[in-house]
Amino acid sequence: MLKNMKKSTKSNCITLGIVIGFFVLIQILSAAGLLTNSFSGQLVPICAYVILAVSLNLTVGMLGELSLGHAGFMSVGAFSGTLVYVVLSDSAPKPLVMLLAFVVGGVVAGLFGFLVGIPVLRLSGDYLAIVTLAFGEIVKNVMNACYLGVDSHGLHFSLKDSASLNMEVDGKVLINGAMGITGIKKASTFTIGIVLVIITLLVILNLVNSRAGRAIKAIRDNEIAARSVGIPITKYKLMAFVTSAVFAGVAGVLYALNYSSLVAKKFDYNTSILILVFVVLGGIGNLRGSVIAAAVLTVLPELLRSMNDYRMLIYAIVLIVVMIFNQSPEMIALRKRLTARFHKEGEGDKAKEKKGVA
Amino acid sequence: MKKLVSSVLAASMVMSLAACGSTASTDTAASSEASSAASTAATTEAAGEGSGAYTGTPIKIGGIGPITGGAAIYGQAVKNAEELAVKEINAANGSDVFEWKFEDDEHDAEKSVNAYNTLKDWGLQVLAGPVTTTPSIAVAAETANDNLFMMTPSASAPAVIESGDNVFQICFTDPNQGVASADYIADNKLGTKVGIIYDSSDAYSSGIYEKFKAEADVKGLEIVTAEAFTADNKSDLSTQVAKCQEAGADLVFLPIYYQEASQILIAANKSGYTPTFFGCDGMDGILTIEGFDTSLAEGLMLLTPFAADAQDEKTQAFVSAYKEAYGDTPNQFAADAYDVVYAIYQAAVAGGINGDMDASDICEALKAQFTSTTFDGLTGEGMTWDASGAVSKAPKAVVIKNGAYAAM
Repeated sequence: MLKNMKKSTKSNCITLGIVIGFFVLIQILSAAGLLTNSFSGQLVPICAYVILAVSLNLTVGMLGELSLGHAGFMSVGAFSGTLVYVVLSDSAPKPLVMLLAFVVGGVVAGLFGFLVGIPVLRLSGDYLAIVTLAFGEIVKNVMNACYLGVDSHGLHFSLKDSASLNMEVDGKVLINGAMGITGIKKASTFTIGIVLVIITLLVILNLVNSRAGRAIKAIRDNEIAARSVGIPITKYKLMAFVTSAVFAGVAGVLYALNYSSLVAKKFDYNTSILILVFVVLGGIGNLRGSVIAAAVLTVLPELLRSMNDYRMLIYAIVLIVVMIFNQSPEMIALRKRLTARFHKEGEGDKAKEKKGVA
Repeated sequence: MKKLVSSVLAASMVMSLAACGSTASTDTAASSEASSAASTAATTEAAGEGSGAYTGTPIKIGGIGPITGGAAIYGQAVKNAEELAVKEINAANGSDVFEWKFEDDEHDAEKSVNAYNTLKDWGLQVLAGPVTTTPSIAVAAETANDNLFMMTPSASAPAVIESGDNVFQICFTDPNQGVASADYIADNKLGTKVGIIYDSSDAYSSGIYEKFKAEADVKGLEIVTAEAFTADNKSDLSTQVAKCQEAGADLVFLPIYYQEASQILIAANKSGYTPTFFGCDGMDGILTIEGFDTSLAEGLMLLTPFAADAQDEKTQAFVSAYKEAYGDTPNQFAADAYDVVYAIYQAAVAGGINGDMDASDICEALKAQFTSTTFDGLTGEGMTWDASGAVSKAPKAVVIKNGAYAAM
């Protein structure tokens, strides 16, 4: 049966298998008491970053547009989802509220993706990168100046300070400008994270291997040719961009509900670049690579804590080495020579494989 | 090819996981060995001499703060001062009272929680940190879950201690500073028309600003203008200064850190604007900026719990020891951190706390101590804490005269 499976299906199964295997491994280690506090504390961020990397790879790898504003979508998703969670968590059962928070986070981020996408996707290359970068910064600065409160008269909103919300004495400030949202009850768990990762992978892998996905990749490879055969460019570009934004929003909610405070400052340019690094190191257009790169690169700085001051230096060196190992022509040639023996046996498969792999 | 690369990567991930697990387990093994060795050493020493006030297993105290990134100067000051205090206490006692470890959090909530978890793997029993507000709020929720005693030297937002009754502050809360500043200005009639320049993207600065504004209304101070800047937009603050000048403010309140304040003083000097400037504890350090003409700060008033050139014996001893060890004049962050370690030491001795107890029991004992005793430190005499974890101490106002702090 395995032989008859489509190449892409097999590849997708391996990717999902890695995620499920990781989950099972962690459960076993956790049951055996072998997990350190340090590592178990990173499980939820790992899931969030994996979702972010996979979703950004849809824009960067499949659509071929460089987006530097992914943290902006994460931010709007995180704030809207967390707001729902904070407001409703006392009045409704927790699983329902969480579900609602994820849905709202995703929808709001998707909406922003749509609004930003319409003008932005008329641009390409460097211009698109700059506009998305600006979007991320705008979101950060607006959220930094955003004050939202609730009292018996309803919601109050201000861009000035929390005093100008003019609330009753019983009023509660929900978003307090630069302080963001505080007092969030930690709700994200590793299981929820893994479920979201699997959902993300299922949706995006299916999209990529579908008719729409082939159209998106056709636009990436040659926009003029794609247009000439009648592919509606705007529709497919928006489809990829909005899907990517939705999952960034969901990841934002997952991330935000893991900590008791949420500030807009976190979702700055550096976070966008960090996610892009996951995508590039994992291989542009390679979703499985994004999963692995996001997980490894999230854990790595923590593993290097014992190096003290040299930690970030070593982290940077690792990035450079991996990049050279992955991309440099000499290294690729060297790797080919080293692995030539393994490949001789599978020579027959190879030609087939080349066609199938995305 | 791709299959191979991914399998290699997957393998390396598993390896790194395994490595993570194994190093951690050896770590704990090593540390428990070390602590048992230390405890035997301590007991033999105690039996031999019995000189120190504290005889028992060393308490594992940890610090968290930014020692890389934009806020590194604060974290570094706290790290140095904690190290100094731990060394002094251990030396004075004869046997080790504290085992100390400091982790970097890059002024980021996620990294700070990671740092806290790393310290927990090390066997953390008392936390003296984190340094900055946003990471502290995130970590405070974690410590409240674990019921682990946490005392922050400098995270001054009220949200930090709202997380749980195990969280204490040694610095003033932001609202307290805002209220105290407004009261001080109104009571001493320092100005009638107040202008404010603050950092709206910073939790510390906007926190003080809001409470100052509310209290100023109560006290009848007229706020003629409030100008904001953000962390991304602070390379030129002359517009804000000009607006204060236009509005005719005769006192400008600066609830910001000293780097930005120095720019404001320079801009005001250029445009010939000479109101009274009034700052909070973040202003401490303005005289140590390299290349800054300190004559511009002449007449600047600030509320700060600590002044490095105060003449009392305690401050002098601390400043000279700090200078000798790190070649730098300590700022208020360092003084707060130094006080945190000494306050925990005092409470540990008085409460009969021993490193053999688990973190939760230590937390309960420390809570009882801190809410019932007073502590005299560098940053205030007769400090007391209420059950919420907020400190009560008298604010000190100083004015800069002849390039040095002078009491008012």
